[in-house]
Amino acid sequence: MGNPLDSLKGTIICGLILTVVMVVLANAIAA
Amino acid sequence: MEYGMEYWTFFVRWLHVLCGVMWIGLLWYFNFVQTPTVPTIPDELKPAIPKHIMPVALLYFRWAAVGTLIFGLLLAWMNGYIGDALAIGLTSGSARDATIGIGMWMGIIMAFNVWYIIWPNQQKVIGLVECSADDKPKAARAAALASRTNTMLSIPMLYAMVSAQNM
Repeated sequence: MGNPLDSLKGTIICGLILTVVMVVLANAIAA
Repeated sequence: MEYGMEYWTFFVRWLHVLCGVMWIGLLWYFNFVQTPTVPTIPDELKPAIPKHIMPVALLYFRWAAVGTLIFGLLLAWMNGYIGDALAIGLTSGSARDATIGIGMWMGIIMAFNVWYIIWPNQQKVIGLVECSADDKPKAARAAALASRTNTMLSIPMLYAMVSAQNM
């Protein structure tokens, strides 16, 4: 499997996944 | 209109957003427009990019990153949450501090990437700094990956910045 950042689509998908992870993390900190 | 602390907080936020639009706008121009279209440009026109477009684009890009960072940190200080935000809310247990703090750290990492990875390597790629023929592809790869990393981080970073305003 190649580096997902080699493609724009892979970059955006990684960014969206990171967004979900960040929201979960922020909610866990605030809980 | 009164020019109290509330006004100046707004004013710094305005400067922060102005710089941020310039920075992320150019980042997205590089990643969404320039990089994908370079292979389709006729060879005789290609030198225009490193010789004419990139030096100007990178000038605004790297200084907009500095402006965004400085005005952002100043804004967090004026609002009284800089410490709790940099501790990503672990000191306050606040969802807003956690969210804005994660966004701030992403922005700080992105600005670091601009000044310490993208800019030094792009200087080699566009010929502002001498380097060997072997080093040029390595510099281009490092700059491209850091630029893509910043594009990836810009998505959650902007989510954090905007959503924290609604908490």
